Amino acid sequence: MSRIGKIARRTFLFGAVAVAGGAAFGAWYVTRPAPNPLKPGEGEASLNAFVLIDGEGVTLVAPRAEMGQGTMTTWAALIAEEMDLAWEDVRVIHGPPAQAYYNSALMGEGQTHKGYDASAFQHSLGEMMGIMGKVFSMQVTGGSTAMKDGYERMRVTGAAAREMLKTAAAKRLNVGVVELRTENGAVIAPDGTSIPYTDLAAEAAEVEPPRIELRERSEWRLLGTSLPRVDMLGKSTGTAQFGIDTRLPGMRFAAVRRSPTRGGMKSYDAFEAGRMPGVEKVVDLGDGLAVIATNTWLAQQAVDAIEVEWDPAPYPESTEAMVAAVEAAFDTEPDSVLRDDGNPDRLPAGATAVEAEYRVPFLAHATMEPMNATAWFDGQHLRLWCGNQGPTFLRDACAAGAGVDPSEVEVNVTLMGGGFGRRGEFDYAVVATKVAKAMPGTPVNVTWSREEDMTHDYYRPPAIARITGAVADGAPVAFDARVASPSIAAQALKRWVGFAPGGPDKGIVDGIYNQPYGIPNYRIAGHKADVVPPLGFWRSVGASFNGFFHECFMDELAVAAGADPLEMRLKLTRDEWLPAFYALEAVRDMSGWTGKTEEGVGRGLAMVYSFGTPTAMVIEVRDVDGAVRLTDAWIAADPGVALDPSIIEAQLTGAMAYGLSAAIGEEITFAGGVVDQKNFPDYEPLRMAQMPRTQVTILENQERLNGIGEVGTPPAAPALANALFDLTGKRVRELPLNKAFDFYT
Amino acid sequence: MATTLTVNGTSHEVDLPDEVPLLWALRDALNLTGTKFGCGVAACGACTVHIDGEAVRSCQVPVGDVWGEVTTIEGLGTPDALHRLQQAWVDHQVAQCGYCQSGQIMQAAALLAETPNPTDDDIDAAMNGNLCRCGTYPRIRAAIKSAAQGA
Repeated sequence: MSRIGKIARRTFLFGAVAVAGGAAFGAWYVTRPAPNPLKPGEGEASLNAFVLIDGEGVTLVAPRAEMGQGTMTTWAALIAEEMDLAWEDVRVIHGPPAQAYYNSALMGEGQTHKGYDASAFQHSLGEMMGIMGKVFSMQVTGGSTAMKDGYERMRVTGAAAREMLKTAAAKRLNVGVVELRTENGAVIAPDGTSIPYTDLAAEAAEVEPPRIELRERSEWRLLGTSLPRVDMLGKSTGTAQFGIDTRLPGMRFAAVRRSPTRGGMKSYDAFEAGRMPGVEKVVDLGDGLAVIATNTWLAQQAVDAIEVEWDPAPYPESTEAMVAAVEAAFDTEPDSVLRDDGNPDRLPAGATAVEAEYRVPFLAHATMEPMNATAWFDGQHLRLWCGNQGPTFLRDACAAGAGVDPSEVEVNVTLMGGGFGRRGEFDYAVVATKVAKAMPGTPVNVTWSREEDMTHDYYRPPAIARITGAVADGAPVAFDARVASPSIAAQALKRWVGFAPGGPDKGIVDGIYNQPYGIPNYRIAGHKADVVPPLGFWRSVGASFNGFFHECFMDELAVAAGADPLEMRLKLTRDEWLPAFYALEAVRDMSGWTGKTEEGVGRGLAMVYSFGTPTAMVIEVRDVDGAVRLTDAWIAADPGVALDPSIIEAQLTGAMAYGLSAAIGEEITFAGGVVDQKNFPDYEPLRMAQMPRTQVTILENQERLNGIGEVGTPPAAPALANALFDLTGKRVRELPLNKAFDFYT
Repeated sequence: MATTLTVNGTSHEVDLPDEVPLLWALRDALNLTGTKFGCGVAACGACTVHIDGEAVRSCQVPVGDVWGEVTTIEGLGTPDALHRLQQAWVDHQVAQCGYCQSGQIMQAAALLAETPNPTDDDIDAAMNGNLCRCGTYPRIRAAIKSAAQGA
């Protein structure tokens, strides 16, 4: 069968789930517009689910989680661009959870073609699958999809609103719509008179949205420029409101202590805790306890004072046992073989074989703002305040927790002090719901201690790669990898929508099966490990470990081939996919790469294609009195369209820091079913003195817009590990690297 | 049990046991939520405030032991009257999630009070106790330097 036939067959393996679902729900359901959740009050008008106008001005809805990635700003800019709003006048809110705010790009990400090679057919299949996000009211921020999702949709939304306002003005002035133009939030009449949108909104809301055409990029005023972020002033003055900052009349504060083994409670004695200062109530959560008090710290002291006997863990008790389960997955049939080019079993004559095994540990998200939620239950109606990446799922789970219909639940999504995937879960809001239910009529702010947060995460799972490869005539001729890891998606989707789709889990091999290198014999198999401690999506998901596996092994192949790792990659990408080639060229030029480093200096390179974006990175390390110091980093990435260069630079730099943190010193381990690491001293993220100087180049050589929020993470660990090899000659194949090297602190 | 605290120039009676950390008096009793809770063990710096101009981790100072006037991020400057560091933070678009930034700015303010023209090493040494999971460190460095030069 032809290569195309093979790819199409694989695509349907996973695609079938969504396609079959579409047939069952019916085309009518997916094409009918979702109801507008905005309920305009007196003097307000809503032109669609994203544009609300009142006497004060225009408010735009950015229904994606703002966890630092600037999504609120660029999402609003997409609407504002076509609406001709003045940026300084734009107000942005998150809005309520609603089907209208479904993510149209997320489900399409489930396709198992390589991405960079997507045909027009696969691209449209992706868009079709994306519609299924609506069926499941999948209002999710994740998968680096926000801009992909909003890029056309929000410009169309803005343009439609603009044309509605112009139509209303045309009617009022009795002139043709073509005679009108718009500028700075107003319609300009032929005689130059300016009618503000605020004055036209009520009439415009009655207008049927006309067909529109999007503006050419050359006409953009906001997009493509570095805009002042809408959240910057608040975050620089302590006035930004995070979930933990929710303050309501008569509010109480609660602390929680849930089973460290995630088993239940055998017994507890809360008599003394109930008498401690400030304590108002001890709440039995079934799998733990909460104390409601007048102050968070007093609540914390009391909940920690309770003697509890916990049930054992429902999963293997030690890291060793869990890793053994991952190792055992290699003996099972592959869950997927998503790349199978040539025949790696039969090597060309004279080829030199290379073999290696790589390992990565469990990781926690460790957001700066610990998990928290504020809940207020009056016996019928539940109100919630918290940051979240999937508020429709959260609403339904909390409704179930309170025993009320989802229509009785109001979710207020706040700014979040980091997400990285952790706030895609809703456990902390369900806990808050249970606590508030124990004190009806009183709002309760439920804040987890850092220890509770660290020990009750949904962790990035461990993964192991066993790779064999071969080089001949100075170039790789074979790359044959097997990756074993548990399925994160199976767990997370079950929590979100109640079932896990069948078929292979692309996440296990994402970032390794889809790399844009033209290696003739290239095979990637994924093995699903049967081990189920709590797992969750962690910034860049599968690519967080597969980038490390792939790009370190590429470095090993370069060494075996006697080739410069950069020159070798340039040759392998040139005929396979040019955007990757250009990204490599860019870091070569930025870093002045020569392939040679002086004594005491090491340089490492990695290039990972993830979330549609090729990201190349060079990291330089130096020996400072026997300790390794990261001095410089150069990053080049190609998201296709650079909507906001300043935000993109920040995302690439920050995602690299997140990846370096994990690469250098982060690891979660279990003993007796309990997580060993409790707080930052046991789980040390990168600090100021360890952060390299960083330069970023943003390229636009791809046809379509792609992800940016996560793509800086995957190349960080391999670029660093390769730099350490260059510095020391020591190849370390297991993270974190501080087990093998002393780092400057 | 009532303690008198002077915060941002205003005197407050706080009815809490003496051992309650200043952080929780500020956040839960006085509703000054700009000061953040991150770790509770002085490992992240999110709760940094000034006592008589000195940067301290408010999660480690019991209210009963507060020895001077407390300044929080809300007292350093306001959206209408920014402190020069806050202006530099806006100019350099430093914040991502923003949760650690109150602590970063308070720490930086104490640094500039003592070292008006800090070098990279001075900045690293002063700011090393303040974690940022978003990796905004390069822009923090740049903002501190530009605020110092504007002094």
